[in-house]
Amino acid sequence: MKLYCLSGHPTLPCNVLKFKSTTIMLDCGLDMTSTLNFLPLPLVQSPRLSNLPGWTLKDGNTFLDKELKECSGHVFVDSVPEFCLPETELIDLSTVDVILISNYHCMMALPYITEHTGFTGTVYATEPTVQIGRLLMEELVNFIERVPKAQSASLWKNKEVQRLLPAPLKDAVEVSTWRRCYTMQEVNSALSKIQLVGYSQKIELFGAVQVTPLSSGYALGSSNWIIQSHYEKVSYVSGSSLLTTHPQPMDQASLKNSDVLILTGLTQIPTANPDGMVGEFCSNLALTVRNGGNVLVPCYPSGVIYDLLECLYQYIDSAGLSNIPFYFISPVANSSLEFAQIFAEWLCHNKQTKVYLPEPPFPHAELIQTNKLKHYPSIHGDFSNDFKQPCVVFTGHPSLRFGDVVHFMELWGKSSLNTVIFTEPDFSYLDALAPYQPLAMKCIYCPIDTRLNFIQVSKLLKEVQPLHVVCPEQYTQPPPAQSHRMDLMIDCQPPAMSYRRAEVLALPFKRRYEKIEIMPELADSLVPLEIKPGISLATVSAVLHTKDNKHVLQAPPRPSQPPASKKRKRVSDDIPDCKLLKPLLSGSIPVDQFVQTLEKHGFSDVKVEDTAKGHIVLLQEAETLIQIEEDSTHIICDNDEMLRVRLRDLVLKFLQKF
Amino acid sequence: MPEIKVTPLGAGQDVGRSCILVSIAGKNVMLDCGMHMGYNDDRRFPDFSYITQNGRLTDFLDCVIISHFHLDHCGALPYFSEMVGYDGPIYMTHPTKAICPILLEDYRKITVDKKGETNFFTSQMIKDCMKKVVAVHLHQTVQVDDELEIKAYYAGHVLGAAMFQIKVGSESAVYTGDYNMTPDRHLGAAWIDKCRPNLLITESTYATTIRDSKRCRERDFLKKVHETVERGGKVLIPVFALGRAQELCILLETFWERMNLKAPIYFSTGLTEKANHYYKLFITWTNQKIRKTFVQRNMFEFKHIKAFDRAFADNPGPMVVFATPGMLHAGQSLQIFRKWAGNEKNMVIMPGYCVQGTVGHKILSGQRKLEMEGRQILEVKMQVEYMSFSAHADAKGIMQLVRQAEPDNVLLVHGEAKKMEFLKQKIEQEFHVNCYMPANGETVTLLTHPNIPVGISLGLLKREMALGLLPDAKKPKLMHGTLIMKDNNFRLVSSEQALKELGLAEHQLRFTCRVHIHDTRKEQETVLRVYSHLKSVLKAHSVQHLPDGSVMVESILIQATAHSEDPGTKVLLVSWTYQDEELGSYLTSLLKKGLPQAPS
Repeated sequence: MKLYCLSGHPTLPCNVLKFKSTTIMLDCGLDMTSTLNFLPLPLVQSPRLSNLPGWTLKDGNTFLDKELKECSGHVFVDSVPEFCLPETELIDLSTVDVILISNYHCMMALPYITEHTGFTGTVYATEPTVQIGRLLMEELVNFIERVPKAQSASLWKNKEVQRLLPAPLKDAVEVSTWRRCYTMQEVNSALSKIQLVGYSQKIELFGAVQVTPLSSGYALGSSNWIIQSHYEKVSYVSGSSLLTTHPQPMDQASLKNSDVLILTGLTQIPTANPDGMVGEFCSNLALTVRNGGNVLVPCYPSGVIYDLLECLYQYIDSAGLSNIPFYFISPVANSSLEFAQIFAEWLCHNKQTKVYLPEPPFPHAELIQTNKLKHYPSIHGDFSNDFKQPCVVFTGHPSLRFGDVVHFMELWGKSSLNTVIFTEPDFSYLDALAPYQPLAMKCIYCPIDTRLNFIQVSKLLKEVQPLHVVCPEQYTQPPPAQSHRMDLMIDCQPPAMSYRRAEVLALPFKRRYEKIEIMPELADSLVPLEIKPGISLATVSAVLHTKDNKHVLQAPPRPSQPPASKKRKRVSDDIPDCKLLKPLLSGSIPVDQFVQTLEKHGFSDVKVEDTAKGHIVLLQEAETLIQIEEDSTHIICDNDEMLRVRLRDLVLKFLQKF
Repeated sequence: MPEIKVTPLGAGQDVGRSCILVSIAGKNVMLDCGMHMGYNDDRRFPDFSYITQNGRLTDFLDCVIISHFHLDHCGALPYFSEMVGYDGPIYMTHPTKAICPILLEDYRKITVDKKGETNFFTSQMIKDCMKKVVAVHLHQTVQVDDELEIKAYYAGHVLGAAMFQIKVGSESAVYTGDYNMTPDRHLGAAWIDKCRPNLLITESTYATTIRDSKRCRERDFLKKVHETVERGGKVLIPVFALGRAQELCILLETFWERMNLKAPIYFSTGLTEKANHYYKLFITWTNQKIRKTFVQRNMFEFKHIKAFDRAFADNPGPMVVFATPGMLHAGQSLQIFRKWAGNEKNMVIMPGYCVQGTVGHKILSGQRKLEMEGRQILEVKMQVEYMSFSAHADAKGIMQLVRQAEPDNVLLVHGEAKKMEFLKQKIEQEFHVNCYMPANGETVTLLTHPNIPVGISLGLLKREMALGLLPDAKKPKLMHGTLIMKDNNFRLVSSEQALKELGLAEHQLRFTCRVHIHDTRKEQETVLRVYSHLKSVLKAHSVQHLPDGSVMVESILIQATAHSEDPGTKVLLVSWTYQDEELGSYLTSLLKKGLPQAPS
């Protein structure tokens, strides 16, 4: 069993597991932090961005000034933003049989894999994962396609050139493999390869392996996966949460007794408490608005935003914000708000109970009804008529490199009355802000990451007790910025095996058994013999049938009557098949009883001689000699088959067959 | 021999009161717990005393499964769990769990408040009963206990309707509940994989009907409604609040829209809005088209259909009213029917099956003079139309499901005996499987022949698979191993491993046979002759001439020695172990026949 690690990002994993005869890809995460190296894509022509000076080398060489621009001491690529794909060379991806998706954030690289690697398999994911994943992809494609950029920079990627660039461009990894965004056509084709599954659904892969998604508690439809055969079990834990937010709680019990537990997608901000962050978010928001400023919340169109809207629903009136408009701007805003309401079965108990009444599970329905929350596909169109300040705007993309958020950063950045509040943990907020510097606007960092922290992980591992833990290398040492915090790493026994991008791990377990079925006719013919108290044995001689990786043992066919054909019998027909093995024998032969038996069967001239290791029994008339020792019997006789068979059967009476 | 036992307590050669007991590999499951619309006495509920006379039901049943929210499938549930007493798990899908208590409460109200019955279940009992319900997802494998698992499949009949697979080890049964094999305007078609159950228990409401195309029926329906409204008549459509009602509402709504009609359409119950809300929230259970477009246009938000008020029934002019319940056996639909029955301009359209004993059944069978409460005679002059919009599979659909699931046996419930008889023959003919149709209280017992799962050591399996690469139909290869049975753990290992695990030593049994042959040449030459002879006969075996002057055939050793007395005779010593018995025995008899003359 092997694990091929294709992504170095611990929360956006992409691993391939080879287990029995199957090749299973676990998640398909797309590392979008690469876009931080690019200039933002403004929706409306931005004089500031287009007038940024080109970057020149120290020696004054300007050949890169078309591709690279400088802003407040940082250098950015002026080009269509590009993403860092999972490794595609480590393993032939056309051999991947299935892809298991754990949540909608971990499927963003799917079109790159399913459309461009010769992949012909099936993708498995839950319905909310697919629907919301589609919305995230749709938004991404829309953000990038609606501001066509003529320029596609490539000079800077040249290894020789990249060496000369300032950090972080200089240190960017695998830049040659960075790719532009996919198209909607590729998205649709990729999503058409997905088969929907429900929690605890057992899915058979080629009869060899069974995979099962389990609720992971992190997002709508988010799952961990069990990959097992009858004797081996691998748990894949990715993006799980023990906090009570909107999704169904995490199923921990089913992870028990794993041989290997692969652990990815832990919290990216282990030191921040999500509840505290939500509180800070609300109070900063209220403070800004009361002072007449606007609040910008860069966010994904689904996920934490549902919880934030729910908090605000409870908070608005008490904080005196009832007259402040809340805007949610995304090409998929409406769909996201609507979809959240129809996945009753994937929600936590409280929300499910509301649906039974029947009431919408999320209170944002009421916010929309009472006109407190308005949603728009973009800043163009209706929004420009309705737009009133001060207001609160939720919009993407959290990287601040594309989407409507770019417009609001340009619009509100110059006033210290306004605030941008970062809630998504995927991007460093300082890096995100870099191309907008200098900024007058206030910046608040309230990252809300509900995924497991290290305390929860160690509790979980104690609870489910896997034999081995495998995780990204980042989790086996404290974060680089907090190297003294020995508590911010995985602590388990035996120590976790760690992986990094482009590594292949041999997973530490050996398969010993496989399931086989015995047909009832054969089972009836078996003769169990109790060898020791509680242990019985039966020798089995049977025909093995293997089909679709399922093994069945059938009773051997009865010897058929030789056909009464006139055809001359060939010599070879009589030759026995040497592979027809006789059973092994065990036990020992008590000489006295053996001699008595011989005499009973008409051998009258039996003589016994003692030897160093045993006895020799002589049948003088038949010129036959039987050496009997503790663990062996040797019959030496003339070529008298009748006699030999008689003696053989008498000996066998004293032995057990295996 | 393991067996599966099935006893219907209701729905055996009948429609109504669905309740089927299944015993499979020692587990007892009750499928559905319905009431009978045709009775008002004890017969309306299944006879649970059949399960146990004095013990607790919980001790006898491992679980209860409810297929969908129709009262003939869940109407007896609070009586069963709270009044008779059952505390075990009850499984149903999420929409069923949401909607079921509302219909039960409705049923309770009609029975207790309107008819004044006492000794019926209370609202509190419905609540307590629902607390015992565990909601299941489609395709989720629910582990009831260590051995018993159940799995729901989409049935399409009403929102949340499911078929259930019950499985213990390798033995399984599938219960369809009510299902529909053709997608309609708001639901998808039933689907099941090739799960090859030992038994398929299927409904057979339309066992003999092959329905014409749905489009024709819809056109017919719209035409009749339209004509009646045009001539100023009133149309009554008795329905159950959830199910066909939504289907017909969508149909009329789109028709009204297209034809720009003005006559009012009413829906008679306070449930409407609530009911439609359930459809909106459980939209993932509807068909592909509705799910795809719901963000832009929710099909369950009706523009033309308004809530009905009792006073509207006397309004002059045309109107269309959907009223509950669907079989005209009580409630508002019956009241409106009594008001409108006398006018030949009006029309009642029965869109679904009516159980015997109901007013609906009577008028459909042609009765035009009905005896109502208080000996009053009601003359029916209004037009009576029947149009099957029930979302049940027809004969073709049932056959299709059997083909999909590939069961070993089929058992029919939820249908009329005569029609079942016909379908039974058809199923037996086409699929060559046994088909049963027990009456209520009658038990069907099926023998099953499950394979026994054991663990085989990978070493042994791989060795055998490597040998078996070229399967030969004439000479099937036998594999040999030892089954170790310890407690309940069965493992098949190679004989060597079994000996080793048990700490036993192998006892080697060896034979050495002296074969005398006439040969005057030297021993070495005799050996060479033996070698070339065996080589030519045993083409498929390994025959070696060893440097020490002996011959090896596989692991059988042959040596030649001189005869102590007769120099013209050589003695061949053939030595083999018991494991090579067949070949050893064959070699001695072969050599005994002598060697062919050497070509010289």
